[in-house]
Amino acid sequence: MIRIVGLHKSFGTNRVLKGLNLHVKKGETMVIIGQSGCGKSVLIKHMIGLLKPDKGEIFVDGVNINEIKEEDSLKIRCKFGMLFQNSALFDSLTVSQNVSFGLERYTNFSSEKIQCIVTESLNRVGLKGVESLMPSELSGGMRKRVGLARAIAYNPEVILYDEPSTGIDPIRADAINELINIMKEEMKITSVVITHDMVSAYKVADRIAMLYDGKIIETGNASFIKQSKNLVVQQFIHGCAEGPIEDW
Amino acid sequence: MTSKKKPPKIYSFFRQLGEAGLLLGKTLKSLFKKPWEKEIFFQQLEEIGVRSLPVVSITAAFGGLVFGLQMYVAFHRYIGPGTEVYGGAVISLGLTKELIPILVGIMVAGRVGSAMAAEIGTMKITEQVDALYTLGADSISYLVVPRMLACIIMLPCLTFYGDIIGTTGGFLYNLIMGVNKYIYIRNTLLYLEVWDVVTGLIKAVFFGGIIAIIGCCKGLEAEGGAEGVGKAANRAVVIASISILIVNFFLSKALPGNLG
Repeated sequence: MIRIVGLHKSFGTNRVLKGLNLHVKKGETMVIIGQSGCGKSVLIKHMIGLLKPDKGEIFVDGVNINEIKEEDSLKIRCKFGMLFQNSALFDSLTVSQNVSFGLERYTNFSSEKIQCIVTESLNRVGLKGVESLMPSELSGGMRKRVGLARAIAYNPEVILYDEPSTGIDPIRADAINELINIMKEEMKITSVVITHDMVSAYKVADRIAMLYDGKIIETGNASFIKQSKNLVVQQFIHGCAEGPIEDW
Repeated sequence: MTSKKKPPKIYSFFRQLGEAGLLLGKTLKSLFKKPWEKEIFFQQLEEIGVRSLPVVSITAAFGGLVFGLQMYVAFHRYIGPGTEVYGGAVISLGLTKELIPILVGIMVAGRVGSAMAAEIGTMKITEQVDALYTLGADSISYLVVPRMLACIIMLPCLTFYGDIIGTTGGFLYNLIMGVNKYIYIRNTLLYLEVWDVVTGLIKAVFFGGIIAIIGCCKGLEAEGGAEGVGKAANRAVVIASISILIVNFFLSKALPGNLG
């Protein structure tokens, strides 16, 4: 589904990604873990084309997304839905307008059908009767859910979750994790989840990849990662200040 | 140890103008792209036009009054008592060609340009601009094009409105000072040409484009948090105001004095 080969990205003198390779299979939930600021968000922004690599290639269903024309990029973008770290709901639009935003641009559906899909998407994430509210009237957990409803409304093949459990309490975080699993089972969606919350990672992951020093240093299922011999992985998953990771 | 020398501020000013120029190029390219963001365009017409009316009214009224005052004093002192009736044409010409377009441009840059930079800057730092992209919208078509079109349309309208208020202000001052209103009006209509008013309106079109492009450009460049948004809003006003004054000089030089 998504294949990343030799991805390099720098911001000024800061080299964030240094030849990263990753393969996300169709239908799986790939969780990418790593320290804050190690480049996890930079990585998923490359997958959807929000950032252009300095070097390296990104293939989505076999298509190199950096070589396609601007007109064709819309076809690739509509395969993706993205849940942003702080939801990134449009402040000036209602919940309903936020959820219908992608539908209006990616489809030719009538306004009645769009309204039905909006209600259905909101119901799917456990929200009812919030269509006319403004984002400022929602709690953090509700904003995340609306963000997820917006991401799934146009039926994407892949959802990118940027730290879905950050900034909300453990119960709401668990509810979001449940939703990620439901999306995968009911809608057969491929998911890429960025997190440094190991509880979430173990709950939703089919495979976990650890990003460190600009590269993926370990990939495997939850039990493989737990038993990894890599000391960096062990330090990170156990949350120890002592160990090979010193730049915290 | 040698420290790197900071480039002079003038370089930074021209670099920022260059970035705004690039954004203008992209905006012109996106002008006819579909979908057309009608709703935002009409919202911006209201925001830039209708909501700027109080500020423009006060600015133009006092601009006209003070210009009327100085012309009255100048004619009275240097040409002689009784010649103040000839001030009407000078007042109207100065106001419609120069003062009102500049005053309106700078006031709208302060009110609207800073608001654009702050709104788009907040959207940028809260990833709403990225969200637009993921949801199939082009940030230039969605954010910049409607604002630029609305500014280009509303600035001449506001300037024309300001011309009326300003010239009325100048007239009222002279009227209060006892100038013969019939001769004053006759002289104004005799010497003021339609082209003089049109020149001011043409300038306003350029000023509208400058305000929108610089406001949006600074917003899209915003980084960090609240401080970054504040800086973006501040830069938008400063750069737009300076650019208006510079462009005004060159337009005054380039536009013919009359069409005859």
